Amino acid sequence: MKAKWTGWGFVGPFLAVFAFALVAPIGYAIYLSLFRQQLIGGNSFVWFDNYRQALTDPQFWGSVRRVSLFLVVQVPIMLVLALLAALALDSARLRWTPLYRLSIFLPYAVPAVVASLMWGFMYGAQFGLVARLSSFLHVGLPDPLSNSWVLASIGNVVTWEFAGYNMLIFYSALRAVPGDLYEAAEIDGAGALRIARSIKLPALRPAMVVAVVFSIIGSLQLFNEPNILHWLAPNTIPPNFTPNMYAYNLSFAGQEYNYSAAIAMVMGVLTMIAAVGVQWYGRRRTA
Amino acid sequence: MTTRTTHAARVARQRDRRKRNSVTLSILMTVMLLYALLPLLWLLVNSTKTEGSLFATFGLWFGGKFALWSNIHQVLTYDNGIFVRWLGNTLLYVIVGAGGATCLATLAGYGLAKYNFPGKRAVFAVVLGAVAIPGTALAVPTFLLFAHLHLTNTPWSVIVPSLVSPFGLYLIWVYAQDAVPAELLEAARIDGAGELRTFFQISLRLLTPGMATVLLFTVVATWNNYFLPLIMLSTPQWYPLTVGLNEWQEQSFTAGEPAIYNLVITGSLLTVIPIMIAFLFMQRYWRSGLAAGSVKQ
Repeated sequence: MKAKWTGWGFVGPFLAVFAFALVAPIGYAIYLSLFRQQLIGGNSFVWFDNYRQALTDPQFWGSVRRVSLFLVVQVPIMLVLALLAALALDSARLRWTPLYRLSIFLPYAVPAVVASLMWGFMYGAQFGLVARLSSFLHVGLPDPLSNSWVLASIGNVVTWEFAGYNMLIFYSALRAVPGDLYEAAEIDGAGALRIARSIKLPALRPAMVVAVVFSIIGSLQLFNEPNILHWLAPNTIPPNFTPNMYAYNLSFAGQEYNYSAAIAMVMGVLTMIAAVGVQWYGRRRTA
Repeated sequence: MTTRTTHAARVARQRDRRKRNSVTLSILMTVMLLYALLPLLWLLVNSTKTEGSLFATFGLWFGGKFALWSNIHQVLTYDNGIFVRWLGNTLLYVIVGAGGATCLATLAGYGLAKYNFPGKRAVFAVVLGAVAIPGTALAVPTFLLFAHLHLTNTPWSVIVPSLVSPFGLYLIWVYAQDAVPAELLEAARIDGAGELRTFFQISLRLLTPGMATVLLFTVVATWNNYFLPLIMLSTPQWYPLTVGLNEWQEQSFTAGEPAIYNLVITGSLLTVIPIMIAFLFMQRYWRSGLAAGSVKQ
């Protein structure tokens, strides 16, 4: 029967590119990660030696610890801000909601490169706002790019970029709540806080799972912001600051393609585990 | 759907009238608004300054000579107009990459929503699984494969990976289920129209709002793309704006090369403006896309 296969005609082109640009690179990276370029004997098959090396590589695990710390601090702050803003937009107690909604969402349109450049200039010691503010107020504000503050400063850039995006995800979910539900709750005498807790927060759960998954991926795969700020703070943002920067620099500065492929695979698997874990947890709680 | 929406809107309006505006909420939201807009104000203010007054005047207000026009002129002509070349490259990557991604996602999303075919469940599972694979995680593996095939440092190395948008496919799939009624397709089939003709003459028009959403998502993603072109391209002739700006910044920090911070800043402004305009004018599609992605899980 002819019609049975028509669907393939529509799906085929996508799948062909998908196979070439997404599946093949992963396959090739796995293949590469099983080899090693050696001084004697050239390119040889070493089974899981690269993975064994990665598991005991202090540089790699240092970067994983750094992005994990980033994840557990920055993501909750950003999502709580986004949640509060979405609830405020939806509360019907705010004027000019389109103005607030658009302005807070606007940073999402700014490329990560430009966002990092702008914030970097404002952070920067010689010409930054922070330095000027310090001398103006005669207080010693900490240098945002110093060793103890640099991760928080990068967190601020990421929060600035994505708080509005997450706000809009939450706001869209809140708007989808049928109005009669609120009407019924009000007739039953429920107050604003009670409505927020019993109707709005449960309605937000699927959106919350999506936002958390995207944020986890973004944190573990952190690259753009630190890689650009690196020029401002080469000492506090070393080339192995995040796992992705490490893999990138292994490929480019070091030409260690095989090891770099292994690092990319390990990080990919860690990210998948975290993302699937959150989805599973979110679904179990809903059921 | 429509009746429920209007009913919900009416109830919302009734609620709005009954409640008073909260000062606390206004203050909190104004703080967030300032946080969001302040860096953009900084960018605007500082693109009007000369290299010298960048460092000599207060960052958040105008100062020194008003140099916006001369800065823009310098950005466009510096290094034989390389910025214009980067802009052209970015447009090429956006038009072919994002445009192609939208076409492929639309065809495939529609095919998955409206046809039954052998292996459909497997296709669906694989593509949905790929939604969670971040582009940045793929950059290094894709580079390794493309280097092996001698495809690096060509426009294709940036365009081909941009053509795949599993998230776009997912959005179209969600959208097509409601937007294209099965009865309509059945009627077209009875009238003897071929599947392709039905798609182009009937379904495509119904899918347009969903496609606009996907196009917007993919345009922003390609316009802002940084890691992939950074890793793929080695000659400035093929850089997009993002990588080019990074190169100028890098040059400013390199000893012995001229510092061109004013060009980095004004170039950033010029990079941001088109995408923001696209953004503000098409915000309706953003919201429908985000709603479809987050609510219908």
